[in-house]
Amino acid sequence: MNRVLHNRFTIEKAGLLDTIQDLGRYGQQRSGINPCGAMDGYALQLANALVGNLLEEAGLELHFPASVFRAEHSMLIALAGADMDARLNGEPIPLLHPVKLKKNDLLQFAALRSGYRCYMAIEGGLYVSEEGYSSSTNLKAGYGGHEGRALKKADVLKAYESTDAFLPSGVLPWTVDPVFETTTDHVRIIPGHEWERLSSQQQQDLLQQNFIIDKRSDRMGCRLAGDPLILSKSEELVSSAVNFGTIQLLPDGSPIVLMADHQTTGGYPRIAHVIKADLSKLAQKKPGDPVRFKLVTQEEAESSFIRQQEYLLQLSKVCRLKLSHLDHKL
Amino acid sequence: MAPVLFPLGDSAITIDYGNIIDEAINDKVLARFHDLQKHPLPGMIEAIPAYSSLTIVYDLFKLRSLVKQGSIYAWFAEQVKDWLGQDLAIGKETFRSIRIPVCYDGPDLISVAEQKGISPEEVIRLHLEGRYRVYMLGFLPGFAYMGKLSPKLFMPRKKQPENMLAGSVAIAGDQTGIYPLNSPGGWWVIGRTDVQLFDASSYEPCLLRPGDRIEFYSSTQCSL
Repeated sequence: MNRVLHNRFTIEKAGLLDTIQDLGRYGQQRSGINPCGAMDGYALQLANALVGNLLEEAGLELHFPASVFRAEHSMLIALAGADMDARLNGEPIPLLHPVKLKKNDLLQFAALRSGYRCYMAIEGGLYVSEEGYSSSTNLKAGYGGHEGRALKKADVLKAYESTDAFLPSGVLPWTVDPVFETTTDHVRIIPGHEWERLSSQQQQDLLQQNFIIDKRSDRMGCRLAGDPLILSKSEELVSSAVNFGTIQLLPDGSPIVLMADHQTTGGYPRIAHVIKADLSKLAQKKPGDPVRFKLVTQEEAESSFIRQQEYLLQLSKVCRLKLSHLDHKL
Repeated sequence: MAPVLFPLGDSAITIDYGNIIDEAINDKVLARFHDLQKHPLPGMIEAIPAYSSLTIVYDLFKLRSLVKQGSIYAWFAEQVKDWLGQDLAIGKETFRSIRIPVCYDGPDLISVAEQKGISPEEVIRLHLEGRYRVYMLGFLPGFAYMGKLSPKLFMPRKKQPENMLAGSVAIAGDQTGIYPLNSPGGWWVIGRTDVQLFDASSYEPCLLRPGDRIEFYSSTQCSL
């Protein structure tokens, strides 16, 4: 079947840093190709679940102030992650609901009210060239996503024709609960290979202080400002692989959490790793926000991530059922 | 010496052969890496070789049903240990040989020569004389760490990174490399090449792979 491409959005005004991201371009780190992908992959998946997409479908990652979008065609979207006071033709629309847009609708974001990054899923996904098995924008190398860069004014985003013709316009009456487990506000970590290089006092300092997200943080790394942790033994490390969530200790004693655009290898001490299930929490903190860590076991890290994925799959099924039910009713 | 295994977060394991840049150790890493490319372990997403370590990223969610008790890491580490127990022919592999043309007129050529107390011609001769191996890729898409450089050319990294042009052929420590993209960098640029090291539209976007053997030859035809 030939699928028809439609124009979906025109960017009326550019935002600070809005890019197309999926869950990352894995499989080529052997060549130094950094995975990129959504900073908050959990929020992207929640948005995808709401519109009936595959969880790993590419969507838009928005930073405030976000772009202004003009709909060129009707479509079903959902927003998750940061609350940016989204307005549809001036009227507020909620996070975590499917919303059917009509042609010429104007979608804007008025204020950053909570969190830091907002994700928009579009039913059927966006049309992008999938270089290297992924739609993620690699800003450093300038490829993937929309022309390898952040969206700018007059960009037109395309998507395949979707099957949402029967849905009524506006906000659909169901939502999902973004909380998959009850936890504290702590960001959970597990020890890194050089954890033991910290004195027991420094380990306590890492766990007991309030770090502040530094303003130099970006999609590559989340820098933490606090009391410096200076290692007594400073043996240099030859470069080896690092991971999304790896906490490296820089020579000045400040920790940096490697995020989605991280380089594939590094040579600074890996004192700890943020667990996969809590990367979402960290990605929603903005410069100036406090962050506190909590040490957990490898098993807790693993089971928390598995629960998160199982929860998403469950939501995905429920949302698809709701959408198909609505199709039948009309 | 048996390698050390440790978790790299909750979704990867690193096999560490020691904190050293050494050809024999890199041979072991690459033999293991190439074996995994042909025969991936269950649940493996990808393998990332480095100078003296190999990291395997695995799919926690896929492995959850295979692991009945204990952590998935512990289970995966057992698979890795079994696999490490199987003998592989080390250092017997044949590697690709690649020749790269270089115009030796980089902005730092004179400065390197002065700091090393040799002529620019001697810098070029020493760089051309080397037979390099790609120990690993990292830093940027397609950036190959190649060694080892003649000890007569060892330079510490620059204190402040500068803006590098794609195709810059540079040196630092006992390594040489080529910037595949325009990027900040702290190495000393002695030449440039027209060869494209990274092409996003290609099935294999990076020209160089771990284990490749590299020779440079002098060229006068560079468009950059």
